[in-house]
Amino acid sequence: MTAKWRLGVFWVAAAGFALLYFAGVKNLPPWGHYRGLYGQMISAVTVYERHATDAVNAVTYDYRGVDTLGEEFILFAAVLGCMVLLREPERPSEMAKPDKGLSETVKATAAASFASLLVLGIYLSTHGQLSPGGGFQGGVVIASASMLIYIAENFQVFKRITSHPLVEALESLGAGFYAIIGMVPLGFALPFLTNWLPLGTTGTLVSSGTIAVISCSVGLEVTAAFLLLGYTFLEEIISGENEEA
Amino acid sequence: MMIFGGLVLLLIAITALAVVRTRNIVAQVLALSFYGLLLAVMFFVFQAPDVALSQIVVGAVALPLIVMLAEAKMQRRIRQNRKEEA
Repeated sequence: MTAKWRLGVFWVAAAGFALLYFAGVKNLPPWGHYRGLYGQMISAVTVYERHATDAVNAVTYDYRGVDTLGEEFILFAAVLGCMVLLREPERPSEMAKPDKGLSETVKATAAASFASLLVLGIYLSTHGQLSPGGGFQGGVVIASASMLIYIAENFQVFKRITSHPLVEALESLGAGFYAIIGMVPLGFALPFLTNWLPLGTTGTLVSSGTIAVISCSVGLEVTAAFLLLGYTFLEEIISGENEEA
Repeated sequence: MMIFGGLVLLLIAITALAVVRTRNIVAQVLALSFYGLLLAVMFFVFQAPDVALSQIVVGAVALPLIVMLAEAKMQRRIRQNRKEEA
C-alpha cells in the first residue's frame, strides 16, 4: 500500500467520522435539559423521601443499593484474586537496599499534599449524601494519595502502612458492614436494604439514614482495597528488583 | 455551552487516536492519563460531577499506575531473559 493510497483511506475514514460526529453533536439536548424521565423523577423525589441532596448517591446507595452491593463485592473479589495470584513466595528479606527517597523539599511537599488529600478523601466519603462524591470517590482519593508516601519516602515506609493486618480487616469489614446494614430490615419483615435509620434533617452531616452510613463503609472498603492492590503490585516489582541487584 | 461540549467530544476522539498511535509504552500511559482527565472534563461538562470525580482518580491516577507497574515488571523479565541468553 503506497502512501497515497493510505492517505485516501484516511480521508474516507475521516469523512465518515465527521459525518457521524456532526450527526451526534447536532442532536445534543441544550445545556441543562436532561431528557431521561427516571432522572427527573428521582431528583424531584429524593429530598422528600430520603432527605439526601445528592440524587446520584441516593440512587447508588439506596434506590439501587443492591447493584452497588454487587459492585462492592466485585471489587473485593478482584483485589482478593490479585493478592492470591501475586502472593509472596519464600523471598529473602528485602531490607538489603534501603532507599533514601527524594530531597527534603519533595518530602515536605508530599507530606502537605498527603494531609490535604486525606482530608478531602474523608470529606468526600462522609458527605456522600450532601454533595457530589461518596464512598468510592473518597476511598480512591485516600488510597491514591498514599502513593505519595511511596514516591517521596521509600517502599519500606509504604509497606509499614499498607501490609498491616488492619488494612485487610478494614477491607472485609467495609464490605461486610454494607451487607449487614442491608440485612437488618429483614429482621423487621422489611425488604432488603430498606432505609431503616432515622432520616434526620436535610442538609446536615447526620441525615438520609442508611445512605450516609453505607457511603462511609464503602469508603473504608475502597480505601483498603486500593491500598492492598498498590502494595501487592509494588511488592512484586520491588522484591524482584532486589533479587536482580 | 453546547459548543464547548462538542469541542470536548472532538478533543477526546483525537486524544483516543493519539493513545492508540503512541508506540512507546511510558508515553502511551501518559497519553492515557491525559485522556482520562479529558473524560473527566467531559463528564463535568455534561453535568455528572460524581462520575467526573471517580474518573479523575481512577482514569488519571489508578489505571495508569497499574499499567506502569505491570510494564516495570515486564521490562525486568525482558532484562532477565537477555542476561540468560548472553
